[in-house]
Amino acid sequence: MEDTRRLEAVFASFEGRQDELIAILQRVQAEFGYLPSEAMRRIARFVGVPESSVYAVATFYTQFRFTPIGRNHIMVCRGTSCHVRGAPRILEVLEKQLGIREGETTPDREYSLETVACIGACGLSPCIMVNKRVEARMSPRKVAQRFGKAAQGERT
Amino acid sequence: MSELDALRQRAVEAWERLQSGQGVRILVGTATCGRSAGALEALEVFRSEAQRRGADWRLIEVGCIGPCYAEPIVCIAKPRRPMVCYQSVTAERARQLIDRYLDGDDPAAEHALGTLGDGTIDGIPPLFETPVFKAQVRRTLRLCGLIDPTNIDHYLAHGGYGGLEKALRMQPEEVIEEVKRSGLRGRGGAGFPTWRKWQFCRDAPGEVKYLVCNADEGDPGAFMNRSLLEGDPHSVLEGMLVAGYAIGARHGYIYCRAEYPLALERLAVALDQARGYGLLDEDILGSGFSFDIQVKEGAGAFVCGEETALIASIEGRRGMPRPRPPFPAVSGLWGKPTIINNVETLACVSLILRHDPEWFARYGTEKSKGTKTFALVGNVKRPGLVEVPLGITLREMIFDIGGGLVGDKRFKAVQTGGPSGGCIPADLLDMPVDYDSLTAAGSIMGSGGMVVMDEETCMVDVARYFLDFAQKESCGECTPCRLGTRQLAAILEDACSGKATPEDIDLLAELSEGIKAGSLCGLGQTAPNPVLTTIRYFRQEYEVHIQQKRCPALVCRQLLWYRIDPELCQGCQLCLKHCPVEAIQGEKKEPHTIDQLKCTRCGACFEVCPPKSHAVQRIPGQVPATETPAPPKPAPAAGLPEET
Repeated sequence: MEDTRRLEAVFASFEGRQDELIAILQRVQAEFGYLPSEAMRRIARFVGVPESSVYAVATFYTQFRFTPIGRNHIMVCRGTSCHVRGAPRILEVLEKQLGIREGETTPDREYSLETVACIGACGLSPCIMVNKRVEARMSPRKVAQRFGKAAQGERT
Repeated sequence: MSELDALRQRAVEAWERLQSGQGVRILVGTATCGRSAGALEALEVFRSEAQRRGADWRLIEVGCIGPCYAEPIVCIAKPRRPMVCYQSVTAERARQLIDRYLDGDDPAAEHALGTLGDGTIDGIPPLFETPVFKAQVRRTLRLCGLIDPTNIDHYLAHGGYGGLEKALRMQPEEVIEEVKRSGLRGRGGAGFPTWRKWQFCRDAPGEVKYLVCNADEGDPGAFMNRSLLEGDPHSVLEGMLVAGYAIGARHGYIYCRAEYPLALERLAVALDQARGYGLLDEDILGSGFSFDIQVKEGAGAFVCGEETALIASIEGRRGMPRPRPPFPAVSGLWGKPTIINNVETLACVSLILRHDPEWFARYGTEKSKGTKTFALVGNVKRPGLVEVPLGITLREMIFDIGGGLVGDKRFKAVQTGGPSGGCIPADLLDMPVDYDSLTAAGSIMGSGGMVVMDEETCMVDVARYFLDFAQKESCGECTPCRLGTRQLAAILEDACSGKATPEDIDLLAELSEGIKAGSLCGLGQTAPNPVLTTIRYFRQEYEVHIQQKRCPALVCRQLLWYRIDPELCQGCQLCLKHCPVEAIQGEKKEPHTIDQLKCTRCGACFEVCPPKSHAVQRIPGQVPATETPAPPKPAPAAGLPEET
């Protein structure tokens, strides 16, 4: 019930046109943290297209996800500048420290680990983004300290 | 037009009051890059200290003036003094600067990058005379980092919207003629003459036409558009208005990627202010011309930088390209004539109109006019956003502006044009940077990413990196791109892990030509460029990988191994503690050894080995048989297969 209300609130600022679909998906994801399957059904009805079309669009763009995200959303930049300055190793250290692979969320839903094509802070590479905040000039050691075993319970 | 004149008059007076006032002005660069280095913390220090002392410091959040290596950047102006631009102003340094320069009178010259404006300060050079800025010609970036991007008056006070005023007094055809005379070519990638595109659209029949500003900057290693939108958004809006007027459009869209939250925020503010000043919507400045602008957020798909894919995305569909013709200038958004221009192209348009075409063409080469912004990044000492006259050499950019390579390592290549571009080797460093020279070298200008690579970069790995990217970002519409890039990536993966055969190099080249010729859109047609240029200039590196199973740059994991020099090892146990797979043995204060069968070559031991002993060594090639002991104890009863 509560979810329905939140969804209706999002829909209220749209007319339900096809060209609004991506924006609607973005707003719904911002509201719920992911795209719940019930929301997908309702979006399809609201926009007046088959549910398969909504999935077709949502699966095309990397921004959208269908499972809940961790409280700390870590994105490792895979841009060229970051790559030549050691991003692969940073990702590896994070995977090790958090015990999850790229694209996964820890069972306690504390951390989600993803990669992003480029954050656009190339002059300060390598970088990661934690909850929309860019952290620059990373090194394997820095991320190990930041997300080391001791940091497991920490809220960022 | 008197309406805007009055607003500008007021803006100029306010700006002059700000400059000549008795108070202290503090400009904090809070663009994304500044923030990531700690600019907001520094801002907070200035804010709370000002409050605590009741000082009338004017704190202004500005965009970025470019030198990323010096972030966070803060400029401080005291009355009757030139402004001083400081580097690496963390919260702690902010406090020091307050103590020394604001409370005291010591300008802390050792932390200064340079001075701005009239007058001099002992020990601090004028900023624009320093090596980073001297070779630059700042036009589109001229206000970035010096004005408040959330205050339209700052833009107006610097002649902002003057180009629009001038355009509205002309006929649309005359505006196109001005842009034609300037020689402006698209700044987003392919370098198509902007005026010609506009003319196609102007000539296309139909009442409804659209203008789209492409701010989907998807090239990894590029952030010129982000910086411009965060630092001077009105220059782009002005260009859109001029372009809309020239082609006969009433509606404009800005397609900006969602990965740029701050740029989106600044755009929203700029649009509101422009609306408030009558610079948008109906009957702009009483000219009868009406134009509105809507922002569309991208959702993370590289292919949407391609015109027809971008159109599909704005329409709310999967961002799949379609064959051209018809070109969008004839049939684009909802089947209507549509022009898609890059952010920087539009910023150039405002300047061309405000000044004149000859002013614009004063810099550049015969076929590449004007200046261009570049994101000079990678293994360069002074990475940053720079604006240079086209025709400058790569050497000047990398060594004069960029200060050479980090750690003075040997230069190996510079990658331009993102995943559609290529790697240019050292013997072409004196090549001029312009559209045609870069294309002749097998690369492209692209949107302006320039990633410098040193001797420790493996070119086969770089090609693998880009093809892995292209393969993931391929939309899947056409076979040459969908399967071809995947095949290229697989062969490159083989080359990086010692599994490729000597024939594979020619196979890569042959496959590349096929993908170029057969793909539907620009993404596929240019995706093989990183492979082709690395084979063309670094073929030997491929051969060493394939024939000798060695990675000379020590990057490809399967083609290198680690050992601990027993002579140098102090037995500190750091590596032992950090090894994630427990492959290292050894007693305290005794030399350690690596079990090569367990080692995953992650390099953790190499990273933690103290520089004073430097015992962990990285050796190119595969582990020699002498280093692997006889097979360890028999497999456990569970029957797990032995690792090889």
